[in-house]
Amino acid sequence: MSRRSAMTVAKDAAVEAMTAPAVAPATVTTTFREALREAHREALARDPRVFLMGEDVGRYGGSFAVSLGLLEEFGEERIRDTPLSESAFTGAGIGAALRGLRPIVEIMTVNFSLLALDQIVNNAATLRHMSGGQLSVPMVIRMTTGAGRQLAAQHSHSLEGWYASIPGIRVIAPATLEDARGMLGPAVEDPDPVVLFEHGSLYNLSGTLPAEPVRVDIASAAVRRAGTDVTVIAYAGGLGKALAAADLLVAENISAEVIDLRVLRPLDDATIMGSVARTHRVIIVDEAWRTGSLAGEISARIVEQAFYELDAPIERVCAAEVPVPYAHHLEEAALPQAEGIAAAARRVVGVHG
Amino acid sequence: MTRELFLELFTGLLREMIRIRRFEEKCVELYSATKIRGFLHLCIGEEAVAVGVVGALTEDDAVVSTYREHGHALARGVPMPSIMAEMFGKATGCSGGRGGSMHLFDASRRFYGGNAIVAGGLPVAVGLALADHLTDDRAVTVCLFGDGAFAEGEFHECANLAALWDLPVLFCCENNRYAMGTALAREHAATDLAMRAAAYGMVAWTVDGMDVIAVREATDRALEYVRDSGKPCFLELRTYRFRAHSMYDPDRYRDKSEIETWKKSDPIPALEARLVSDGLMTPAEVERWRAAVEAEVEAEIAAAVEAADAAPLEPVEDLLRHVMTEATGDVVAPAGGRST
Repeated sequence: MSRRSAMTVAKDAAVEAMTAPAVAPATVTTTFREALREAHREALARDPRVFLMGEDVGRYGGSFAVSLGLLEEFGEERIRDTPLSESAFTGAGIGAALRGLRPIVEIMTVNFSLLALDQIVNNAATLRHMSGGQLSVPMVIRMTTGAGRQLAAQHSHSLEGWYASIPGIRVIAPATLEDARGMLGPAVEDPDPVVLFEHGSLYNLSGTLPAEPVRVDIASAAVRRAGTDVTVIAYAGGLGKALAAADLLVAENISAEVIDLRVLRPLDDATIMGSVARTHRVIIVDEAWRTGSLAGEISARIVEQAFYELDAPIERVCAAEVPVPYAHHLEEAALPQAEGIAAAARRVVGVHG
Repeated sequence: MTRELFLELFTGLLREMIRIRRFEEKCVELYSATKIRGFLHLCIGEEAVAVGVVGALTEDDAVVSTYREHGHALARGVPMPSIMAEMFGKATGCSGGRGGSMHLFDASRRFYGGNAIVAGGLPVAVGLALADHLTDDRAVTVCLFGDGAFAEGEFHECANLAALWDLPVLFCCENNRYAMGTALAREHAATDLAMRAAAYGMVAWTVDGMDVIAVREATDRALEYVRDSGKPCFLELRTYRFRAHSMYDPDRYRDKSEIETWKKSDPIPALEARLVSDGLMTPAEVERWRAAVEAEVEAEIAAAVEAADAAPLEPVEDLLRHVMTEATGDVVAPAGGRST
């Protein structure tokens, strides 16, 4: 069997599996992890140019079990286990994309992605411009990010803000089941490199989704809860905490509007400024360190674009400036929490309140 | 091969080496005249590698090169005016003035740079080959890099990955004995690079990189092996640069006598001597042929310089172009790695 036919057979099998007769319910109960897996399955079945590679994505089933079962469905050529060579396999994704394939590269965590940073920054983000527009790198680089699981300082950092500062890539961070299910498809179709962050604390998030996949965009932020007194901007693992804080504030008659950034680069300034114009007060939740953070960038943009809308100083609720510690109580203390977000909201609402 | 075919092959190789040598000598002049700025890395002395390796490829094959790539680009057929214009920073340059000397690109000729991160092009080459492997394409991806890159982790990751996955990559290590100013024995504990590459499970051997015929023969053999087996191969091409690392380099780290010794192996006079010793030309014929070629090359270079001088600059309003895909103009979906 030739290599090409192996890929084709795997694809046919996948299509068959997807179209196996079943009485489709209107909604399905799922998890963030399963939603991501479904998104992969759909991308792989729809386009034979798509393949997944990374450490332990195949036989192990993915270090966070996102790709569990995909090897059996799509075969070893399209679900490729790699050596522990982040730079080589990320760069190999870039080369395969240059040649017209649509690779999805999984890097186990954002901390490990530093070993591939050369390829992501110097090649993926750069080749189009440096070649005067001749080259295109249509690939998706996925990685986990974030703390909260007692994995200590080399598995827990939130470095997505660094990536969000780089021209030439799109950076996305789903926080809901719908986005876990929906954002990968357009990312795979994007002609530019897309870095997709999966917050490790979200994989077990469960709920229901429409049985039929819903098309979402990878360009805009979303207002997840409407409110009038304060805007709370969050993303990925921070969204749940922001919504919990909004719940806490209801009892105090503080109405918080919660924005889910969804896309960290390019930032959807219009949605942010629209909300600031309604509430005039802003909290930014960011699990990264405050210094040089995405929260800092958003603050600057609000000051530049909506300064006269503000009735109070912007507050940032970020991680403590410390490598994330192991012990549960220390880790929790280092991270933004709902109560801290609520306290910040009380402060800004109290100003000229 | 018949005598005529040998004559055609040898003079073709010689002509291209002369063309690259004269082009780069003109670049030195233009650098002094501040027409070319930034870093400028010359391959003078190493032309046999550029011509012997790149000249052996088919148009379907891919080339991933380094920042010392003028020779590779010219040998690949990237038009001289577009290279010169790029070095002048002009809109008509092969990278639209956004790359310069170190970042020459030509997607239509499958020339993927022009990479200035030492060993940074290797993973990309492995990926191009992976795509060919996955789609049963018979193209070979040739990746040129230096002895300095051999010390980078990316080389070792890529050698392992290409061998592990049976990818059609031809690794060409242009060993010019210096990683910028650090001599081979001061950067590598074991200096037999081909032997170390072989340890990854690749066919690997060492070639006299000053002998263009030897380089061409080795490349032909290696390409045949890679194309037939689908597996990677490694050539260590032992060569030497006669000029400094870059125009900024005062060249303090090596003896002048060492340079003079290597100049005795200059690939251009060596091939001229071979033409005579093989009975393909008389010394007088070589001289006449050479004079004609020099005149053609001089005219080609003069035309390229004139065109680059006259070419427009990219408008500043276009500064932010080609960062992300544009609605029109930029490549949206690469078809086989070619510009659409």
